[in-house]
Amino acid sequence: MAFPETHERETRTLLSRHMGEEEARTLDGWRERGGYGALEKALEMEPDEIVTTVKESGLRGRGGAGFPTGVKWSFMPEKGDDPHYLACNADESEPGAFKDRELMRWTPHLLIEGCVIAARAIQAEHVYVYVRGEFFEVIRILNRAVTDAYEAGYLGEDILGSGWGCDLTVHVGAGAYIAGEETGMLSSIADGRAEPRIKPPFPAQSGLFGDPTTVNNVETLSSVPMILDNGADWYRQWGSDDSPGTKLWCCSGHLNRPGNYELELGMPLKDIIHDVCGGVPEGRQVRAVFPGGSSTPILSRDELDCETTYEGLSEAGSALGTASPIVMDESTCIVRAMRRVAHFYAHESCGQCVQCREGTAWVTKILERIERGGGEMEDLDTLYDLCEQMTGKTICVLADSVVFPLESSLDKFRDEYEAHIKHDRCTATA
Amino acid sequence: MPEEENSDLVSLTIDGVEVQVSEDSTVIEAAEKAGVVVPHYCYHPGIPTRPAQCRVCLVEVEGQDKLQPSCKLPVQDGMEVHTDSDDAELARKSVIEFLLVNHPLDCPICDAAGQCMLQDYAFETGQLQSRLNEEKLVMGRDRIADDILYFADRCIICTRCVRFMREVAQDDSLVVAQRGDRAYIDTFPDEDLDNPFQGNIVDVCPVGALVHEDYLFKARAWDMDKTPSICPGCSNGCNVTLDTKENQIVRLKPRYNGEVNSYWMCDYGRKHLVMGNRGVRTEVPLVRQGGELEPMDWSDALAAVGERLGGIEGGSAVVSPDACNESLHYFRRLLDTLGVPADAGSYRVEQGEEHTLPGFPKLTLREDRAANGTGADLFGFRRVESWPEPEPGAPLFVLQETLREAPESYAEDASFFLYLGSHLSPAARRADAVLPVTTFAEMAGTFTNHEGRVQRFQKALQPPGIARPAWMVLSGLLARSGDGSPVLDAADAFGEMTDERPEMAVLNWGRVGLKGQTLDSGAGAEAGAGAR
Repeated sequence: MAFPETHERETRTLLSRHMGEEEARTLDGWRERGGYGALEKALEMEPDEIVTTVKESGLRGRGGAGFPTGVKWSFMPEKGDDPHYLACNADESEPGAFKDRELMRWTPHLLIEGCVIAARAIQAEHVYVYVRGEFFEVIRILNRAVTDAYEAGYLGEDILGSGWGCDLTVHVGAGAYIAGEETGMLSSIADGRAEPRIKPPFPAQSGLFGDPTTVNNVETLSSVPMILDNGADWYRQWGSDDSPGTKLWCCSGHLNRPGNYELELGMPLKDIIHDVCGGVPEGRQVRAVFPGGSSTPILSRDELDCETTYEGLSEAGSALGTASPIVMDESTCIVRAMRRVAHFYAHESCGQCVQCREGTAWVTKILERIERGGGEMEDLDTLYDLCEQMTGKTICVLADSVVFPLESSLDKFRDEYEAHIKHDRCTATA
Repeated sequence: MPEEENSDLVSLTIDGVEVQVSEDSTVIEAAEKAGVVVPHYCYHPGIPTRPAQCRVCLVEVEGQDKLQPSCKLPVQDGMEVHTDSDDAELARKSVIEFLLVNHPLDCPICDAAGQCMLQDYAFETGQLQSRLNEEKLVMGRDRIADDILYFADRCIICTRCVRFMREVAQDDSLVVAQRGDRAYIDTFPDEDLDNPFQGNIVDVCPVGALVHEDYLFKARAWDMDKTPSICPGCSNGCNVTLDTKENQIVRLKPRYNGEVNSYWMCDYGRKHLVMGNRGVRTEVPLVRQGGELEPMDWSDALAAVGERLGGIEGGSAVVSPDACNESLHYFRRLLDTLGVPADAGSYRVEQGEEHTLPGFPKLTLREDRAANGTGADLFGFRRVESWPEPEPGAPLFVLQETLREAPESYAEDASFFLYLGSHLSPAARRADAVLPVTTFAEMAGTFTNHEGRVQRFQKALQPPGIARPAWMVLSGLLARSGDGSPVLDAADAFGEMTDERPEMAVLNWGRVGLKGQTLDSGAGAEAGAGAR
């Protein structure tokens, strides 16, 4: 399978360098491309040195929250008798995101290498890669790569004769959005329901099986080998001070060239849409964009000048999230789009917290009624009220994930909601 | 609650009330101590995990941006907590509103009405009008165990039942199925809930989602009288409340005692007593005259029996291990007066399979299926597998043993047969005098449990006819022969008993209270731990 064409502004030199190359999936092919060199280097380093290098590189977590990776690693307690775990979050369940799947499909050894280096940094003896159940192809490829890595001595008791070793288990989930929340994921690995639990204690204190655990995203861990290979300064030549490096952008929706693009952090969002992805089809205009996946506040056409860094999107009132812009053009009914998003989160709520369990479903029903043509103006006040009560009051942020886009759409597209209610149908779309 | 003397105290304020609690307490426990009720559903003091998922106990803590779940939040010195701030009250109100979104509001036909935490808090937050404009989700109901029904629509997914089963009963058969607003409680396909302690899931349910079929539609919570009592099902002595209506026991609920049964009781105990409403009761004294049992009033009957006893020396006795300490005490005194040898009194205890509640092992359904075998021992009665055949031609005295299982010919040749009991079995009809006595539910008294804890029970029902507590009858009988005076009050009976019995001297009616006191407790020892 050929990988989609690249764009001239794309930095296809780092993470996605070997995407599209069948041979890169195999152990030999990976070694020919310099694979596992970073691991050899890491084995000669002290765990602290690895943590320091990653800290200095400024790498931030690619799972959505953007927490600095090296800092997270340094939260692990001093290694004692208790086992340490690394859990790689490969559940990629945010609507709009499809980067981790591609990383694992094309370069499974890159992830394994990143996992082993990270495991050494946090002194973990076991790595769990929690893969979303629907990723059939990924699971097959990963399992193959893990078997090969064990045989070649990159995994196991004594890795490359260093006297240190760690194991890696590919754990397949059963397919639930909430299994991508870190504590929900840890519960799922340990045979429980994927239900988030209240923090603290944080996973670094009490994680998998109650032992110190670090949870990192696939893209984060896949970024580690090149940082170790080339150094922190080298990595910082891309991006901004607060958001160094490159990032895979999963661009979807009304675009002429949707797809995964590896871009330097900081490119203006409108350039990604219009330049890299070729703009929206048939000369229509953008109506709104979820810049970082469906759980981020939407931006209207006038707000697309913002820089695509963690800080830039936060200043614009949204978030970088999983860097998965979903672009909606003028043919999109905002009410309908929000109903669809709310429905997703209502369906995926684990059902523990009352505000989330009942709130996401109630919001969905109200939006369904407005869309059908039974809305009342008071519904908008009720929606605002519910948004307020669903924010910051629950164990995890799933409820907030509905509120962010919904509240922003009410703020920015109130006229569309009102017209919808008034005319009992969408008047904004042609 | 954690033992306070073992850890350091911290002080904090709850709604301006300063309170000192041990440092390992949570805010909700501190609030309770400060006299502030923080509404809660998923938190239950007897269930170890605190998932903090119902979100109704959110409180405001000075210096923290977000509202915090008080059930999970550890106390800190100097903490200032507000349960009554605008934010906290609004959040609580909104949780109740959310809970009512899919709740059927079928309170008029719900067994939990009047004892429902959702009803209570909904009233408290005062939401008369619903903003809900949508259709409610309808989930239906299910039989979740042999005698327990699950009304999924009423369920608020607090998971207390699942966690009780998993953590206290240590039985994984109950689970949350599905997720989001479609979540419900269920067993695995083709598996049943079958645990000797499963009835507790009905008690922990804060709403009417789990109900006992035995109790379904039988009574409204406000129509019942509640009396603190002791379960007579076995020798564990679980503290219970008898819920009665129209002079019938409708159900038993466990009553907290940290030394005996915590918040729990077993299913055997629940059923055992409700079944106990059955049987032919003795209602008036019956004295044999010219071959027939003739009804009499108490003074005539006691006079007649007293006369017959005048000429008696020796004989044997049978007591029930369900008789209370006080009755056994006066019975022993009577036997001594009549010269019945100490080893000629016996009792028999029905046996059954033992079951222990793993999460609270002190709660065990004991093999001894009687409340006061320890008491019978204490008063010198001999434990036997089956009662010895009474000596032909000698007198026989029976206290509260129904003799239901006695052979028909039992006591045929007794020279005099005195029966004090509450039920009239074929063997008991052979008696020369039948003195009707009350069951434990119809009187006050004490039982001694398997580990020597003496516990009080109170009168919950009116006795039938003119039946009296056995200790009253016996003390009256003794008084007729100049031995003391009739005792009319359980506290006095208890007082005479503890005065006369050195091994019981440590006991004190007030200190026994509602939590009991052990025979080996020193004079200064506290009885029982504080209840919730």
